[in-house]
Amino acid sequence: MIITTQNVNFFYGACQALSNVTLDFEKNRVTALIGPSGCGKSTLLRLLNRMNDLIDGTRVEGEILFEGRNIYAPDVDPVEIRQRIGMVFQKPNPFPKSIVSNITFAPRLSGVRDGGELDALVEESLKQAVLWDEVKDILDKSAMNLSGGQQQRLCIARALAMKPDVLLMDEPTSALDPISTAKIEELIDTLKKRYTIIIVTHNMQQAARVSEFTGFFYLGKLIEFSSTDKIFTNPDVKQTEDYITGRFG
Amino acid sequence: MNNLKQTLTRHLREIMIRKLFAFFAVLSVLLLGLIVLFLFREGLPLFKEIPVSRFLLGSAWYPTYDPPEYGIWPLIVGSLIVTMFSCLIAVPFGILSAIYISEIAPARIREILKSVIELLAGLPSVVLGFFGMVVLAPWLQETFDLPTGLNIVNASLMLAVMAIPTISSISEDALYAVPREFKEASYALGATKYETIIKVAVPAAFSGISTAVILGMARAIGETMVVLMVAGGAAAIPRGIFDSVRPMTASIAAEMGEAPFRSGHYHALFATGIVLFLITLAFNLIADQLSAKFKKEGCGTL
Amino acid sequence: MKWRYFRQGLFFGMVRLSALMITLALLGMIAFLFYNGIRAVTWGFLTLPPTDSMTKGGIMPAIVGTLYLTVGAIAVALPLGVASAVYLTEYARQGIFIRIVRIGVNCLAGVPSVVFGLFGLGFFVVFLKFGSSILSGALTLAILILPTIIGAAEEALKAVPQTFREASLALGVSKWRTISRIVLPSALPGILTGAILGVGRAAGETAPIMFTAAAFFTAALPKSIFDEVMALPYHIYVLATAGTHIEQTRPLQYGTALVLIGLVLGIDLFAIILRSRVRRKKRW
Repeated sequence: MIITTQNVNFFYGACQALSNVTLDFEKNRVTALIGPSGCGKSTLLRLLNRMNDLIDGTRVEGEILFEGRNIYAPDVDPVEIRQRIGMVFQKPNPFPKSIVSNITFAPRLSGVRDGGELDALVEESLKQAVLWDEVKDILDKSAMNLSGGQQQRLCIARALAMKPDVLLMDEPTSALDPISTAKIEELIDTLKKRYTIIIVTHNMQQAARVSEFTGFFYLGKLIEFSSTDKIFTNPDVKQTEDYITGRFG
Repeated sequence: MNNLKQTLTRHLREIMIRKLFAFFAVLSVLLLGLIVLFLFREGLPLFKEIPVSRFLLGSAWYPTYDPPEYGIWPLIVGSLIVTMFSCLIAVPFGILSAIYISEIAPARIREILKSVIELLAGLPSVVLGFFGMVVLAPWLQETFDLPTGLNIVNASLMLAVMAIPTISSISEDALYAVPREFKEASYALGATKYETIIKVAVPAAFSGISTAVILGMARAIGETMVVLMVAGGAAAIPRGIFDSVRPMTASIAAEMGEAPFRSGHYHALFATGIVLFLITLAFNLIADQLSAKFKKEGCGTL
Repeated sequence: MKWRYFRQGLFFGMVRLSALMITLALLGMIAFLFYNGIRAVTWGFLTLPPTDSMTKGGIMPAIVGTLYLTVGAIAVALPLGVASAVYLTEYARQGIFIRIVRIGVNCLAGVPSVVFGLFGLGFFVVFLKFGSSILSGALTLAILILPTIIGAAEEALKAVPQTFREASLALGVSKWRTISRIVLPSALPGILTGAILGVGRAAGETAPIMFTAAAFFTAALPKSIFDEVMALPYHIYVLATAGTHIEQTRPLQYGTALVLIGLVLGIDLFAIILRSRVRRKKRW
């Protein structure tokens, strides 16, 4: 158990986006969060590394424990949390800098100065993200020249360069073509040996393909959480079954 | 965790930086306060000599006579008249050109025109004043057989040139912000482009356009060099549009150099500055309210 | 139906005409000053001081003075303005405080330039005892262009995609470093454009420097920031209105006016072109 949420409620102003979510994420497993748009799955994901702090007028109740410590406790530094819990966004968002600078941006700021160490980090991260062979000769070129799929893998490599424990992925393939999507899914499969991955997706086949556990959300509530096999073959709750079989959403 | 200290210093640094930036943000407000403070500091002593009503409504401005007269009513009238006339010219030109730019012009011409408006806004006022002196004044004098070409008409025309860019660019922003859907709905109902512009786009942008007009007027009333050089400088209530006037800004600029330090005249010029400041402040606050309302309405329609 | 199209044609005609007239007014003024001024603008005119009680010679001290004043103004206004804009876009949350600051910036932008002159006189020249000097003038001009800089910097900062900030913060980079390493560099071209426009504005202003910095005539160049200077806009004003040889010095007036608009419009045009290039090149 690496992350646990306990009775989490979340509000945008007066509007409640999550109610009473209690959920355990297991270490070195892929957990998928599914559900129709606006169900709160992305909101929950962004709560896990305190990205929702950036939005005015929001409020969190309940506890989110990361390795046993409540990340919303007053003495916790969100910056430190984000260094350990990386995130990949829906649309690839590389910085308008070179490929190398994208990867080394955060490590440099957290104090890695040694050139050799940084070079090694770049190679390692890009290899983990299966991008090394495609970009090893153009490392100093702008990341904006890469294709969408390459950019997204660069963003993954960039997150991995911080050596996080957890990787949050917010619909990481929704802006990509099928071939790039397949590459990212393959990548998720190899990454789970070393990282805990939590992925939000609206694509049920994707959830079924990549994840070991699945949580189904509807209208801000966690309806059902179980092993992916069970969710997709024999769900306990009728709503889940309706969604899985495409009867709504 | 060995980075507890690191975290603490980072926290401290972030908070300090935040506070520092907050200070810089407040600086504009502080400066505004300082401006008020120092205008009053140098201007208020005048009212030990004469009452406010005689300053504002007195019709004689003879600051160097003995005893001096500090009535700025003719200066106020001068400012208002040239502002009004210049807006009569600048408002139609400003709004029509804004409509052309935002609704009608092809993309290429739009870009060029926007640059033209911006360059016009950048013309130094002293150059406009100079132009009014050497071109417009002799022409007016000859054409209308006047004793001088430096008069209300000349000042209003040159001021209009200064106000047009303000009115045009702010109106254009307002028109541009009108949601496409409104216009499309109008076209879909069989309205012509003209009808769509007049009945849909302009009303929807109305408060933005009003803001533009008010800011244009504020610009004109506060403009100095043009009126200093071409309004003629007579501190009397004008009888016709070819008379000379001495707007407040011109009076301040022309006389401050000669007024002995902290004399009655010096204080009177600062007091005139207070009046000018308060008038433009009022204009700006009204414009601010209007544009805030515009923004609210704009959001409400989405 | 015919009437409706006729009315539309009439209106479009008016609209086009007004746009055309504005363009012609600008071009006409430039052409006129160019035609009358170009003969006066010689190498000597640009590099010599005025002679024979300003009826002959050049305008070099005025050019240098304007240069000092504008560089001083932008050096003060740029950091202050950018810091203010960073707070407004990156840190501030909606509320009464921010509303007051916004109104303050808007009102500051609307203060007439001659009132800035009065303030500069009362505050810098008299109260702080800087005297009529480059320092007083540059600081007065800095306050004058501050709202312009804030506005341009805010616009540039807002144009930086939110995803850049999110990406950086999600990597565990602190807020300030996200701003200094990602947001500000991305907004830099826009901020620079605003700064250049501010320089143009400062270079052309007369009223704020009349009582705070500008000298009628100085043959020597300033030695310190506490010296008075000549300035191009003030020089035009002086030659055109206060001399005893107004007609005789006409060529000098045209020449100075041409140099001033050449300088100001050149700066503005540079900023406009720079901005459109930046927009076209932008990849996000």
